[in-house]
Amino acid sequence: MSENQFDYVKPKFLNEALDIISKSVNPFILAGGTDLIDMIKEGIVQPDMVVDLKGIEQFNQITFKNDILTIGAGVTFSQLIVSKVIKDNFPIIAELSRTVASVGIRNRATMIGNICSAVPCMDSGPLLTSYEAMIILAGPKGERKVSAENWFINSRKTAIEKGEIVTGISIPYPGKHAGCFVKLGRYEGEDLAQVNLVILALSDGNFRVSFGSVAPVPVRAKKIENLINGKTISHTLIEDAFNIIEEEIKPITDIRASKEYRMHMAKIMFERGLNAALSRLNGAGPEYGISVI
Amino acid sequence: MKKEINFILNGEKVNLEVAPGEILLEVLRDKLGVKSPKCGCNKGDCGTCTVMLNGKTVRSCLVLAIEVNDQEVVTLEGIMHSGLTPLQESFLKHNSFQCGFCAPGMILSATELLGKNPKPEKREIQEAIAGNLCRCTGYSPVIDAIIDLTN
Ligand code: FES
Ligand code: FES
Repeated sequence: MSENQFDYVKPKFLNEALDIISKSVNPFILAGGTDLIDMIKEGIVQPDMVVDLKGIEQFNQITFKNDILTIGAGVTFSQLIVSKVIKDNFPIIAELSRTVASVGIRNRATMIGNICSAVPCMDSGPLLTSYEAMIILAGPKGERKVSAENWFINSRKTAIEKGEIVTGISIPYPGKHAGCFVKLGRYEGEDLAQVNLVILALSDGNFRVSFGSVAPVPVRAKKIENLINGKTISHTLIEDAFNIIEEEIKPITDIRASKEYRMHMAKIMFERGLNAALSRLNGAGPEYGISVI
Repeated sequence: MKKEINFILNGEKVNLEVAPGEILLEVLRDKLGVKSPKCGCNKGDCGTCTVMLNGKTVRSCLVLAIEVNDQEVVTLEGIMHSGLTPLQESFLKHNSFQCGFCAPGMILSATELLGKNPKPEKREIQEAIAGNLCRCTGYSPVIDAIIDLTN
């Protein structure tokens, strides 16, 4: 791969990293490398500078303070799976992380990398819109935060600006809650999603519902939430929600599945995910990590 | 624009110069003569290029050689310094491989699993090797061998 001529640095401090990217023509940030290195090899991107974030220690941390969970830019999916704070307070994050590709990828791939690549089938998108997470950026003008809802602009396009680095994600704790991540792949283990869905059931009777892979960006299904919030979930209510799903998501046909199949499965996934989230909220239901489809 | 890197490979210090664009898999195979990691898909999907980086399995086709500077890399050669491991013996007994192309990666993934979880359930074994594709065996003899070893 010697035809890829770029320089490589592994700074120890954020300021150093920002300084380097401000001086480079086409810098790329390297965290887990599972997307970037593939894209470099394929010639999709041609960096002149690769800035490896793994030397910046603070990026390696998961913290939970004042009801805010912060996931650093270097935290891998494998770290999210074994983290005790996540298991105790946000088990759905571990449930989701366990479905991302395979162990050998999860040992390197980061959630922040996932949302910076922002391919429509990413798993983290619907999670972050349901949790109303904030993406934290550092740049030449200091720090800023962007809500997950405003972060995803289009397929592979995010709100990041030139010279900026995503340093982490912050996720506000929504009070005692339960949830369910549902992912449709072609087979269990290592596949990209054809449809994915995150449902949170909050203890005040409200819900948060987001779909992924069914549009260029994750879809927070507010119309469905408005329909079911505060209500007892009945079969008729779910049938009504099915009709709204048809309005809220626009799946496409591609190499992995047809739009009709995706739409059909989105409804089944919604029903099962909702039931699982509700029963988990009441201390029952399938253990986190057990697929409901 | 070559840079010098130092790392531990299978317990020994290695020092060489690489260009930042060089891929770990190619450096291991072509410059260092370590042939157990194989190039299957070259894009992270098949697991034949699996090596351990600081004790965790990674896809060496998706690692820059320069990233392992000051780190520790172990390949299949490194875990069988003193002969076949009990896991490998069990694979042998169960005739777990046919062509063997997937074997180095499969063995490393299973080794990592057993290090974390000496008594995995079948579901956990399946999850651990889900990223190691095998075209020959249908996985059953691989899973049987791991279960047999842990009983
Ligand atoms: S060659 Fe690296 S995963 Fe297939
Ligand atoms: S034995 Fe041939 S690929 Fe697994």
